Amino acid sequence: MKHTIRQVFRSGKFVVGFSIFMGILLIVTFYPLIIRDAPLKIIGQGTFFAPGIYVNVYDSMGSPHYTILLDDAAAKRIADKLDDDDRQAIKEWLVAAGISEDAIEIENTESLLDLWVNNFDPTTRIPGMTNADRNYYIRLNTALDGLLSTEGAIVASVNPETGALEEKGVIRQTDYVNVNQVPNVRVLPLGTDNFGRDVLTELVQATAVSLRIGIVAGLIATFIGLVLGLVSGYIGGLVDDVIMFITNLFIVIPSFVLLILISFSIGQEQRGAFTIAVVIGFTSWVWTARAVRSQVISLRNRDHVNLSKLSGHSIAHIIAFDILPYIASYVVMALILQISSGILAEAGLSILGLGPRTTDVPTLGLMMNWAMIYQAHILGKWWAYFPVIIVIALIAFSMNLMNTGLDQVFNPALRD
Amino acid sequence: MKGYRNYFANKLIWFGITLVAAFVLNFFLPRLMPGNPVAAIVARLAQGMSNTAGVQAIYEQYAKLFGTDKTMLEQFFLYVRNVFRGDFGYSFSQYPRTVADVIRASIWWTIFLQFPAIIVGWVLGNTLGAMAAYRKGGFDKVLLPVSIFVSSLPAFGMAVILLVIFGVTLKWLPTSGGYGYDLIPNLSWSFIWSVIVHYQLPFWSIVLITIGGQAIGMRSMAIYELNADYVKYSRFMGIKDGKIVRYVFRNAMLPQVTGLALAVGTMVGGALVAEIIFSYPGLGSTILTAVLGQDYPLISATTLIVTIMVLIANFVIEIIYGFLDPRIKAAQAD
Repeated sequence: MKHTIRQVFRSGKFVVGFSIFMGILLIVTFYPLIIRDAPLKIIGQGTFFAPGIYVNVYDSMGSPHYTILLDDAAAKRIADKLDDDDRQAIKEWLVAAGISEDAIEIENTESLLDLWVNNFDPTTRIPGMTNADRNYYIRLNTALDGLLSTEGAIVASVNPETGALEEKGVIRQTDYVNVNQVPNVRVLPLGTDNFGRDVLTELVQATAVSLRIGIVAGLIATFIGLVLGLVSGYIGGLVDDVIMFITNLFIVIPSFVLLILISFSIGQEQRGAFTIAVVIGFTSWVWTARAVRSQVISLRNRDHVNLSKLSGHSIAHIIAFDILPYIASYVVMALILQISSGILAEAGLSILGLGPRTTDVPTLGLMMNWAMIYQAHILGKWWAYFPVIIVIALIAFSMNLMNTGLDQVFNPALRD
Repeated sequence: MKGYRNYFANKLIWFGITLVAAFVLNFFLPRLMPGNPVAAIVARLAQGMSNTAGVQAIYEQYAKLFGTDKTMLEQFFLYVRNVFRGDFGYSFSQYPRTVADVIRASIWWTIFLQFPAIIVGWVLGNTLGAMAAYRKGGFDKVLLPVSIFVSSLPAFGMAVILLVIFGVTLKWLPTSGGYGYDLIPNLSWSFIWSVIVHYQLPFWSIVLITIGGQAIGMRSMAIYELNADYVKYSRFMGIKDGKIVRYVFRNAMLPQVTGLALAVGTMVGGALVAEIIFSYPGLGSTILTAVLGQDYPLISATTLIVTIMVLIANFVIEIIYGFLDPRIKAAQAD
């Protein structure tokens, strides 16, 4: 046993797969201990906030201000307000208004704005320009107004008695706050989802739930498959015929179809994560049963098994001590595959709208489902779906790698 | 030819039995669930409905569909008879279309998308796997982990990734639908072109997923065969490498054909979900609308059709296998 484990850990593929899987497991275990937010709590008012550090604006006004003089601060500020499309639009207007094209330097913000301020006149009618375009230029002009000014902004609050504005302070363009001194800063490494929930916290919880679904489904499937395979392979005869008949039927009837039918019939209210796991387990044991059976048949007439029979051991004893150890490696491999396909099955079901009911726990499939329903992929909100795909792929990848590694250890013919 | 007759007859009988079992499951599974399915469905449909006459009408329609007033056996035979007439009743989410109508509109999209994609993926995957086993070295070292990773991606994941890269970012290909939304299906060039363009992303996402899994399987089979005694013996005999490789890959191919027969169900399941990502107008999207619309008759009929499609694919592959594997002919001739 010890020797086998040592040998398994010498296989590079297994070690890589195992490390990835353990990494995921560690994150899933320790993240909730450190960050104790409820994973399904809606914190954002709005959909799909981009990943980043969110600093409270109100608090940053009250925090100590520091003056930092940076040369490119003004240029950055303007560049942020004046994107390439706007510059192009300004150039088009200026050309239409009769400025020669050579005089317009689109990249030189100062000269461009100079030309604009000196020439733009909202009342000028340029032939062929639609009203919408005219309004766009007027809006653009308002936005640019004061862009080059170096004055600060005044913060004021309403006096509750008189209703008049009272000046509280001035924020100069060179004022900075230290993020560490702002009491309310929220880091959203993966932004928020369509409901305004923190994607990272949700993703960690979803991974944990999906892993649990996979493990429950895998254990059930492997257990049923193992028992049926052992019974049918060892006892043989009519029992074997009946079991193999059923197994062969379910091998061709797609388990996906059975999953859809059963999940739909269970109904939304009864579909918890655990129920889904059980249903997946009960629809995916066929492969294990078949493979275990064929292995048992080849073991059944080995000398050591016959010897055990002659010694008067019971069937249970023979199966447990003379057969199981020989197929243990195979069963472990089957279990690993079942877990990863269980996670995939849950994801597939959830995308069809047949996943666990949505109110108690997130799962990877449900997150994917919501991202697709809210068209995150079309809108370019990558943080809502891409991490989910990556996590699913990493889990399956690590398990497949472990399996390939085990396969190479236990099937010497496959070694390079 | 005579040797094959038993084999085919055997396969045909087995196909018939599975078909019956699929029918039985499709009929009994929902009815085995606790509670009265009719009452449950009506309760879900009638949520927020205040019109009692309407609720009653829905109840009666479902009761008639399920025939809950008759015995189970009678209901079953009624169901079989109706299915053979192509009568699946009315779709509830797309009333007044019949279920048969809805399925007729979507089934060809699925068939023409999935089966070519699975076959192309299978051929490419096996070629790559065989090359990896034969060439070994760097090619194998790169191909194996890449294949494992690609085959780890769920079909919908691959679909989303391709969609975002080629549809949203590069804008080379359309992101959803089976043809341009401004077109009416007809036989004009612009329509056919639109169908071809919309076909690419779903097609390649299924192909890529299939390649990964098949390449891994073929690689191990080919490595097994390349180490077999007959290969060494042939080498000692001085038979040319090219000829040996032909034999090796023919032998390694056989389990892959069986593997395809057994995996086709899973592949179709994954591809159905991929269809949803692209809003492809096939059976996958039909299942989704049926689930969202709580449309029981449509779900039941779609799953039955998918099962039958998979069974037929299976049967065809088994028949082809019979021709490929000389051992079957030999065994049956005895």
